[in-house]
Amino acid sequence: MTTLDAREPEGPLQEKWDRRREKMSLVAPNNKKKHEIIVVGTGLAGGSAAATLGELGYNVKAFCIQDSPRRAHSIAAQGGINATKNYPNDGDSVWRLFYDTIKGGDFRSRESNTYRLAQLSNNIIDQAVAQGVPFAREYGGELANRSFGGAQVSRTFYARGQTGQQLLLGAYQALLRQVDAGKVQMFPRREMLDLVVIDGQARGIIVRNLVTGEMERYSADAVVLCTGGYGRAYFLSTNAFNSNATAAWRCHKRGAYFANPCYVQIHPTCIPQSGDYQSKLTLMSESLRNDGRVWVPKKKEDAGKPPHQIPDEDRDYYLERKYPAFGNLVPRDVASRNAKYVCDEGRGVGATGRAVYLDFRDAIQEQGRDLIEDKYGNLFHMYHKITDEDPYEVPMRIYPAVHYTMGGLWVDYELMSTIPGLFVAGEANFSDHGANRLGASALMQGLADGYFVIPFTVGNFIANDFQGKVDTSHEAFDKTEADVKAHIKKMMSGGDEDSRTVIEIYRDLGKVMYDKVGMSRTKEGLEAAREKIVELRQEFWNGVKIPGTPDGYNKMLELAGRLADFLELAELMAIDASEREESCGGHFREEYQTDEGEALRKDEEFSYVAAWEYGEAGDWTVHKEELEFENVKLSTRSYK
Amino acid sequence: MAKETITVHLKVWRQNGPNDQGRFETYKAEDVNVHMSFLEMLDVVNEDLVRAGDDPIAFDSDCREGICGTCGFVINGQAHGPEPSTTVCQLHMRSFKDGETITIEPWRARPFPVIKDLVVDRDAFDRIISAGGYVSVGTGPHQDANAAKVGKPLADRAFDAAACIGCGACVAACPNAAASLFTGAKITHLSLLPQGKPERSRRTRRMVHQMEKEGFGNCSNIGECEAVCPKDISIDNIAKMKREYLRAIFTDS
Ligand SMILES: Cc1cc2nc3c(=O)[nH]c(=O)nc-3n(C[C@H](O)[C@H](O)[C@H](O)COP(=O)(O)OP(=O)(O)OC[C@H]3O[C@@H](n4cnc5c(N)ncnc54)[C@H](O)[C@@H]3O)c2cc1C
Ligand code: FES
Repeated sequence: MTTLDAREPEGPLQEKWDRRREKMSLVAPNNKKKHEIIVVGTGLAGGSAAATLGELGYNVKAFCIQDSPRRAHSIAAQGGINATKNYPNDGDSVWRLFYDTIKGGDFRSRESNTYRLAQLSNNIIDQAVAQGVPFAREYGGELANRSFGGAQVSRTFYARGQTGQQLLLGAYQALLRQVDAGKVQMFPRREMLDLVVIDGQARGIIVRNLVTGEMERYSADAVVLCTGGYGRAYFLSTNAFNSNATAAWRCHKRGAYFANPCYVQIHPTCIPQSGDYQSKLTLMSESLRNDGRVWVPKKKEDAGKPPHQIPDEDRDYYLERKYPAFGNLVPRDVASRNAKYVCDEGRGVGATGRAVYLDFRDAIQEQGRDLIEDKYGNLFHMYHKITDEDPYEVPMRIYPAVHYTMGGLWVDYELMSTIPGLFVAGEANFSDHGANRLGASALMQGLADGYFVIPFTVGNFIANDFQGKVDTSHEAFDKTEADVKAHIKKMMSGGDEDSRTVIEIYRDLGKVMYDKVGMSRTKEGLEAAREKIVELRQEFWNGVKIPGTPDGYNKMLELAGRLADFLELAELMAIDASEREESCGGHFREEYQTDEGEALRKDEEFSYVAAWEYGEAGDWTVHKEELEFENVKLSTRSYK
Repeated sequence: MAKETITVHLKVWRQNGPNDQGRFETYKAEDVNVHMSFLEMLDVVNEDLVRAGDDPIAFDSDCREGICGTCGFVINGQAHGPEPSTTVCQLHMRSFKDGETITIEPWRARPFPVIKDLVVDRDAFDRIISAGGYVSVGTGPHQDANAAKVGKPLADRAFDAAACIGCGACVAACPNAAASLFTGAKITHLSLLPQGKPERSRRTRRMVHQMEKEGFGNCSNIGECEAVCPKDISIDNIAKMKREYLRAIFTDS
């Protein structure tokens, strides 16, 4: 059994990262070129890590599913990225961002990692600007900032509504510069399907070439996994279509612990599902809640009426009613949960009854249409395009959707998993956001990990723990590749006339996850979910319809492989949610709430990270990393 | 009120790899909800094909929000279909009529070989960026982000060029299969900003040469690229590229 040692540095919080860096062993410049590093994923985390490792002189191989590294899911991030520059002079500091992140995460994250994240935030902005990232500017030529996600300071940097795109293109360009320099070899349209472990260390990967269908093997001295989150376990989410947990899950099955799988963020302002054919949900920026008022009819009977026929006295502005201090600006989890409640009561609106109104009537009356258009024009346009309804005339309809996963592979302070030599960065790890992530901090984390942490910690590992070269003729590669091939063969061999398709089973999984492992959870619900997940998994392995062959481009086969892994991860999510008998952040257990219906944390019992170890029998054992708060005082969130 | 469901007839290009000749096949999509996106309509057609034991139509997509640039094919002769400023994934079935026949083909351009059906290989774009579409700075301490000021109008212009999603519609729509809008947008973005100035000539020369090496055609100012661009990248970027190139021949900075 691996022990959980987070390897946190000694000393005061403010000095931990510097002290660690001073003590790290270095790889000499002329030795770096003798070392190979694999980076899987080219989103913000992977793109920045691969580029930086290449610049340092390592030989890097980078892999991604898309046809180009520029298309990773990070590209879709809209709102912005936090940093503590304090340009607006409104009192921001590293400490404040650290504290907000810890508190926002409902005191379920590791202090040392979170502090480092806040410390590195400013370097990211300097780095991006040096690369030519066109952030929004003021007329005086300085960078513009805005307040985001209810923060009390303006610390969010942005590039219109396309911050993720511009930051990713910055990292991508840096990456391609290293491709040109011969330091990074890029392997697009590849899917990692397994990790090769030799003598307990991560030494390579098996990937499927998504064009030819061939298996390929690559060896390295360290593997850095930057493969994003697992929100697609819910089928419908704001995540990109190809987002998946496969790489992380296969590493988990080879010995990497999976931490806090039940922590999922469900974003309140998304365009609701319009029919059974729906393939994904579109996020509408949270900033809309600054001016839009959320309501549903007071009476069930009115739910089907056009909104303008419902007079004010028959409308329930439920967030303003329940949370007079914060009103429509309550945090994401609170807003989401309350939307679910009113829809469960039968007061939801729209064709499916699973939506609430976000109404700009009053804001337009008070501020004028021009000002509203100036602030939200592009969002209104997008909404209009997707729904064919004009939000200047009729209220928007919104509903929560799965958006981000705080859980992920367990990593220590140096972002190394429980498999030595396997590092995990970005959304794929569990490290910095506790039970709930603040807006504009995922981009920050991905880039902090990739530009400023991984390049040092991987070097430290190689300097101290490198165990000599291996190559892909090693028998471990034969064995792992054979496992992967057998897995695919088994998937493709079961289906017959009567079997259901991958999508049919996948949609059922998504439904049970939303219903029972979503915004509001109960013991019974979680148990029922687990049963259903196991049942779906059995159905899948008894036979699922997959067209074509494994020897070539085959999207459905790709999807089937990802579903197979989600059918296991989903069960672990339900188990983790069931064992965490408290409510915290995005994890809300109906049994554990205050008299006023708010989340009830139980710090005495549950102030730990649950890191799950995979057992041979397909079962799990939990290991607990106790969270020690030496610098902040635990408090209860209140938005009344 | 307009009809909520329609029937459409699809004529889809099917091609099994770059060496296959390829042909059109027809499919009928019934009871199509007009609120579906175009790709969701294809998802439904594909589900039926899979259920019947047939090979689904291969197409690429990822974000389905119009930002990653993964999706893209030609609909009724137009790259990304009939709606202006819209990627295929953001196109909805309400843009089509009941009973309409819809022809769907991949991007057709020599530098974009077909992988399967509607999926093409756009690696050439990455090689153009790799030739110089960046600022040559490494990761590390840099001067404070506010040290170099950039006026808002200039920053906005740089952003407009940087908004390109690299989908390839410009190439597909151009009779010469030129990649000038794509290349010009990146050259413009970086040459406008102070950070990109020091290597402006080298960048332009290298990117333009790579573009030619990949076999993209010459721009003859037809303007189809701008017309189909889902992100409204302006053709002014091509003029800017041409000026930058002239300048680059004579200067070294
Ligand atoms: C709509 C939307 C808006 C958002 N807005 C914001 C925002 O405003 N601010 C903010 O801070 N955060 C935001 N987020 C969250 C943020 O975008 C993500 O958390 C972050 O970009 C994740 O980056 P990443 O590098 O960890 O992973 P990703 O960008 O998801 O990249 C994953 C990479 O791994 C590759 N990959 C995955 N599996 C495999 C495999 N098996 N083999 C090979 N390669 C693989 C993929 O190809 C891809 O390259 C938003 C998220 C969404 C969905
Ligand atoms: S799928 Fe991303 S732009 Fe269409």
